[in-house]
Amino acid sequence: MNKLESIDLNLYYSDFHALKNVSMAVKANTVAALIGPSGCGKSTYLRTFNRMNDLIDNVKIDGGVLLDGKDIYDKAVVTDELRKQVGMVFQKPNPFPKSIYENVAYGLRVNGINNKKILDESVEKSLQQSALWDEVKDKLKKSAFELSGGQQQRLCIARALAIEPTVILMDEPASALDPISTSKIEELIYELKKKYTIVIVTHNMQQAGRVSDYTAFFYMGSLIEYGETKEIFTNPKNQQTQNYITGRFG
Amino acid sequence: MSSTIASRKRRNEQIAFWLFRLLSFGVVAILFYILYFLVSNGIKAISWEFITQMPEDGMTKGGIYPAIIGTLYLVAGSMIFAFPIGVASAIYINEYTKDGVLKKIIKQMTNNLAGIPSIIFGLFGMALFVNQLKFGDSILAGSLTLGLLALPVVIRTTEEALKAVPDTFRQASLGLGASKWQTTSKVVIPIAFPNIITGLILSIGRVSGETAPILFTVAAYFLPKLPQSIFDQVMALPYHLYVITTSGTNVAESRPMAYGTALVLIVIVLIANLLANALRKYFGKKVKMN
Repeated sequence: MNKLESIDLNLYYSDFHALKNVSMAVKANTVAALIGPSGCGKSTYLRTFNRMNDLIDNVKIDGGVLLDGKDIYDKAVVTDELRKQVGMVFQKPNPFPKSIYENVAYGLRVNGINNKKILDESVEKSLQQSALWDEVKDKLKKSAFELSGGQQQRLCIARALAIEPTVILMDEPASALDPISTSKIEELIYELKKKYTIVIVTHNMQQAGRVSDYTAFFYMGSLIEYGETKEIFTNPKNQQTQNYITGRFG
Repeated sequence: MSSTIASRKRRNEQIAFWLFRLLSFGVVAILFYILYFLVSNGIKAISWEFITQMPEDGMTKGGIYPAIIGTLYLVAGSMIFAFPIGVASAIYINEYTKDGVLKKIIKQMTNNLAGIPSIIFGLFGMALFVNQLKFGDSILAGSLTLGLLALPVVIRTTEEALKAVPDTFRQASLGLGASKWQTTSKVVIPIAFPNIITGLILSIGRVSGETAPILFTVAAYFLPKLPQSIFDQVMALPYHLYVITTSGTNVAESRPMAYGTALVLIVIVLIANLLANALRKYFGKKVKMN
């Protein structure tokens, strides 16, 4: 069954038609990469899955976005609840100005969990999943800002994992990081897909090739081609896709 | 040829540089002169008695204790009123209102409010608080009037403080299933807090020196005793200064008292600023970002 799906999705910023009839589906426990030149709509598309675009004034959406077969733009859906199921990691590491512990516990606390034992367990588990536990276990009370950029990003991943989502959206999660931190994040993505469904936006072709099972190429708000990553990279059906992945434009 | 252009360019650069330097030094010099003037004239009047005693002999002797207390009450009262309301309004404007006509109107009105001469606030305060609501000439009426005056300052500085919080923090919080209010109270306000304090500093400075708004709402020429409740009148430093320089029983003899009063007022504002700055640093360290 498809974990995520969009059907004839259109999105407008005021008069600007940012997404045009986008229909695609993501299977559970796979990684889907969204690629395309700047301004092609890939980040906008990513943000329809946790309704982050709702925060922007004058956004209009029509068409359907389904999570486990249910329309997340239905009136009955509470965005807070949706976002507990669909976690997000942003382009620049953005830990809160709080301790490492409180950063990971934040999502639980705002959802009413304040039991210390449950928090402790969840913080440890999440940090272990994001491969950060060994580096920070002795300084959980220290400020998150004392960590390096790469560590901060893994902390942000742990923070997203703590609320036990089923989907993780990643918006160029490694673009602000050095190569070593980047490879750690990529290894992590590979590990995480065993438990989660991941949609990742990336500017980096090699990264898309390394981490994803499926790749979607966007251009000017339209989904040009979508298929298995191997296929897209070795045997694209569309000329534009071919041009983009071979670096002829973008 | 090109060398003359180059040398002219350098000369103009020099002129501009010296002009700016001179002007900015001029500003600082004026400020220092005012301070020097106040200190050199006022220091003779300052003594322990001056700040702890009631005025005597038609305010030519004794101290200004009741005026100091009055000003402190009024500053505190106006802040109790203006700070929560101002901060709440700014949160509403910046965090909850979408861009549009409503937001524009609110912002424009706040800006207009900031531009209204303080004497108008005084008249309005008298009409509304003193007469309409029957608070009489009282600390309550004066504090509310001063509070109105401080509101736009608090709103504007708080708004700037909130705007300076990067959106990525809000998104991170909302992305974890936090509600808007949780995001605002647990993430945005703590980060903005040091700068919100700045609004408090600025409005304390503004409020403590205002004479016009308290003229018709609270200030007394002379009171033999301290206020007993918020429905009593008080003496206040700026009004006291005005009174003893213009219409005391003996203006010439009161002159040293006037300088002393001015000096005390300046020092109070200075202490408030230092205190608030220390607070700002303290909270700033707690949310230090890199």
